[in-house]
Amino acid sequence: MEMNLAILLLLSPFVGFLFNVFFGKKVSKGFSGTIGTLTVVVSFLLSVCFFAQLNQNGKAFEFSLFDWIQVGNFKLNFGILLDQLSILWLLFVTGIGSLIHLYSISYMHDDENMHKFFAYLNLFVFFMITLVVGSNLLVMFIGWEGVGLCSYLLIGFWYKNQDYNDAAKKAFIMNRVGDLGLLIGIFILAINLDTINFTDLNAGVVALNKTGGNQALQWAALCLFIGATGKSAQIPLYTWLPDAMAGPTPVSALIHAATMVTAGIFMVTRMNFLFDLTPNVQHVIAIIGTITALVAAAIGLLQNDIKKVLAYSTVSQLGLMFLALGLGAYNVAVFHVITHAFFKACLFLGSGSVIHGLHGEQDMRKMGGLRKAMPITFWTMMISTLAIAGIFPFAGFWSKDEILMTAFHENKTLWIVASIASIMTAFYMFRLMYLTFFREFRGTEEQKNHLHESPSLITIPLVILAVLATIGGAINLPGSTWLNHYLEPILAGKHEEHHLGSTEYMLMGIALVGAIIGIVLAYSKYIKQAFVPKTDNEIVGFSKTIYNKFYVDELYTATIVKPINALSNFFRTTLEPALSKVVFSFGSVAYGLSSQGRKLQNGNIGLYLFVFVIGICAIITYLFIAQ
Amino acid sequence: MNITTLLILLLAGAIVTLISGDKLASRVALLFSLVAFGFSLNLLFQFNQGTDISFVSNWIDNPKVAFALKADGLSMAMVLLTTALTPLIILSSFGNNFNNSKNFYALVLLMSFAMIGTFLAADGLLYYVFWELALIPIYFIALIWGNGDAEERKKAVVKFFIYTLAGSLFMLVGFAYLYSKAGSFLLEDLYKLELSDNEQFWIFFAFFLAYAIKIPIIPFHTWQAKVYQKAPTVGTMLLSGIMLKMGLYSVIRWQLPIAPNAAKEYMPILIGLSIAGVVYGSIVALRQKDLKKLLAYSSLAHVGLIAAGCYTLTVDGLNGAVYQMIAHGFVIVGLFFAAEVIFRRFETRKIKELGGIRSQASGFTSMFMILVLASVALPGTYNFVGEFTVLYSLSQVNLWFALIGGTTIILGAYYMLRMFQHTMLGETNTKVFAEVSLNETIVFVVIIGFLLFFGLYPKPINDLVNPAIKEILAVINR
Repeated sequence: MEMNLAILLLLSPFVGFLFNVFFGKKVSKGFSGTIGTLTVVVSFLLSVCFFAQLNQNGKAFEFSLFDWIQVGNFKLNFGILLDQLSILWLLFVTGIGSLIHLYSISYMHDDENMHKFFAYLNLFVFFMITLVVGSNLLVMFIGWEGVGLCSYLLIGFWYKNQDYNDAAKKAFIMNRVGDLGLLIGIFILAINLDTINFTDLNAGVVALNKTGGNQALQWAALCLFIGATGKSAQIPLYTWLPDAMAGPTPVSALIHAATMVTAGIFMVTRMNFLFDLTPNVQHVIAIIGTITALVAAAIGLLQNDIKKVLAYSTVSQLGLMFLALGLGAYNVAVFHVITHAFFKACLFLGSGSVIHGLHGEQDMRKMGGLRKAMPITFWTMMISTLAIAGIFPFAGFWSKDEILMTAFHENKTLWIVASIASIMTAFYMFRLMYLTFFREFRGTEEQKNHLHESPSLITIPLVILAVLATIGGAINLPGSTWLNHYLEPILAGKHEEHHLGSTEYMLMGIALVGAIIGIVLAYSKYIKQAFVPKTDNEIVGFSKTIYNKFYVDELYTATIVKPINALSNFFRTTLEPALSKVVFSFGSVAYGLSSQGRKLQNGNIGLYLFVFVIGICAIITYLFIAQ
Repeated sequence: MNITTLLILLLAGAIVTLISGDKLASRVALLFSLVAFGFSLNLLFQFNQGTDISFVSNWIDNPKVAFALKADGLSMAMVLLTTALTPLIILSSFGNNFNNSKNFYALVLLMSFAMIGTFLAADGLLYYVFWELALIPIYFIALIWGNGDAEERKKAVVKFFIYTLAGSLFMLVGFAYLYSKAGSFLLEDLYKLELSDNEQFWIFFAFFLAYAIKIPIIPFHTWQAKVYQKAPTVGTMLLSGIMLKMGLYSVIRWQLPIAPNAAKEYMPILIGLSIAGVVYGSIVALRQKDLKKLLAYSSLAHVGLIAAGCYTLTVDGLNGAVYQMIAHGFVIVGLFFAAEVIFRRFETRKIKELGGIRSQASGFTSMFMILVLASVALPGTYNFVGEFTVLYSLSQVNLWFALIGGTTIILGAYYMLRMFQHTMLGETNTKVFAEVSLNETIVFVVIIGFLLFFGLYPKPINDLVNPAIKEILAVINR
């Protein structure tokens, strides 16, 4: 029974995918979207059931569907593991997934390929579930690459635009760089431990560590982390995520904010026993996470595309989560994953509502004053902005505060940098809100006349997410740390409780003051001084460097993409013909030995065959004589 | 019933096709190839039951050459690959009108016959005869029914013919030497030979030339791209889907077990060369302007990885190599067919002149996309099973090999997606892309179905191949 339900949970979105692929075009758009949504809702409800059951008996549930690949001395099952961690992820993946599917019914209604959109979205949820519930690293890898594929398909959903296709391709390839790292990490573990099942890995890793295999574990952990930098958009593999905003906005909300990009955090948490034994790698993770948080926040300060701001914000927030992971505070990272999923999904969907209202306009310089025309969008986004900025008592306050608190206790430098990134976050998020919703509307007259609040299919998910962004912190309030206890079986009780003392209150205070400083700065610049960002070519100096994202894309193009293409051209136009010539010259020498040879080059087929037969005969004759 | 019947069936098919006349030829050939496929399935069934389906009889007394055909799991896998792909390849050509089609299809069946013989032969000389025999049909197919400028085509095809023939001659010399030592060409006798390291080196090297050209391993690949481009698509499919697997199969069947010490001695160089092919092929593929040439170089990259797997001399490496041969066989036939489907409509294979097909043909786009994804070994496709197993075996030998060979994951995605983007996506093409026909759809669906099914459930192939590989490894490590 349980097994069947788990299979249903996994396959339900896949059924939705098949339906929309084969019948989506024949049914009405609404119906296609409804099926797509319902199949995800089914998975959500089942996740809730499993969650309830787990809370009752506390037992993880694992089973194998069939034998999959056999390598070395071990067989890999297509196995499913439902434990605290995977069910938690299931809950918010399918929960937020359902809301975003619902939202998309309205948002995508004018698109001729709406059924395809739902097909891809369903497929994404299916792969995401696979990623989460896989009982070994390789089943997880199916989901891992599968969500990458869906990300590719959805970023390039409007395939007539080659820029979007470029963005999609870039996302896929950069992810694959990470995937190679992940694969190598899997190899190292498999070779040394003869297993990659999560339930067996823990004991294996500990045993290997005792018998002097720590170096192998370090390499494995580092490689797995490289995989995470790809999927979760960390330095150096983050540049695909801002470009991924080319996809429809619900995609940005679901895949590139709430769920897929958290896969790296999921994986590191899943493998926490490995990372705990490799402190060097943990340092790397913490440092990379912090730098990413800072750099992305800095770039976010000056972006004018509303979705780009949110994209860099996502990269930055993911960086904070990795900081927590690097400090061994997996529960804190998971906490922030969940609250972030709420408020960031809400922000993206809200920006979608704005874009929808302005018929595709994404440049904040051409927005403004939308507060009155779109009150629900405004208020839900405002709540989420308060949450991400870390204002008491919204969800983000609690989770971000825990990260900063952990950092403070472990490493003051990281704490300072992360705090600066948080202040920047408050600034750029309020900049976004002020530019979009306050003062006068700066768009065209025609747009102005058509300003309206989005329909209820769009606003209902917004409201639900805004409520969650408000109260979501309750799952792990200091003192009632439900989440910490819930995750105990996974993290083996390694987490340390921060008892609320004067230091903690002081830290909360500092964080709050920092956030308020950010908000006030934004207020004075964009409301008081009524500053509107300049047009692109007026931006000069260091601002220009930031506005152009520190030229990282250009750097990658110059150092990697261009050389490879140049090499390719060189091989194609120079080396290949040269090699070919060498072979031919061997031939010419041989043929040149006799006048018969020249005849051979005439290309007379009969002659070739004749020579061929003679040759065989000659050699057989030789064999006779040799005897 | 034994495996000779399969050969007789295909030979008879070739003859009947020849007599049936141009109008019926394609259908007759398809019928025979389908019967052959059903027949080979039946043989597989018997083989799995434990029935002896081998056939050994004396052929020539002096020198002692036996007509020995033996089937183990490895041979059966390769035979099934051939009999499964042949009807697909024939069906794929139904949209083309060939002059003299009776000759054409007879040659296709003849080639299938020769390749199956190569996979089954358990006698060195018999094997050599089949090996060379397979070259003749493809030579004519490419020369007579190929495309592009006739002079240029002739040059490419003749070069290919002489080049591979020259390579094979070294192998023949090798066999002659082996015969002088063993007094027999029988595989089992050759396996028993105790050769000195020096002898092994020369034998290994002689075989290597033949196989490295056929597979091809860089820098022996120079014949490949041009021939793939100039041959008719049926020929390209036969070459890339099945024929180059003859070389890889032979490495496992003949080269490694007969000269194992040499293989062990030169393992790093051999793997290194094979992996260099992976990277080189991928990079050259990046900037190709012609669809078929791009696929040819992608093929070069993929077989490089397979060869690397063979030369690891590990169970996983050899198993993975066989998986990947099968997976690559299917996917490359599918991809060349996609190129052909486009060519039939737009009469060009230049990527620059394509684009904007997706909005006209969403079904075709989806099928093409799945093939592209299989080619880049997305998990869930059989290609992933093969690539994963091979890369894993490389990591057992040395992690660096796995890392460098693994760049195919990145570069493959780069050149394939780039190709797909410029071929299929973008603003709607001004030319009209006619709907794919039923025949065309069948070819795609069968290939995709195969790759997806075994991608999730590779166990049947694993169970077939694994015991045979273990036996061969036992000989290698004797």
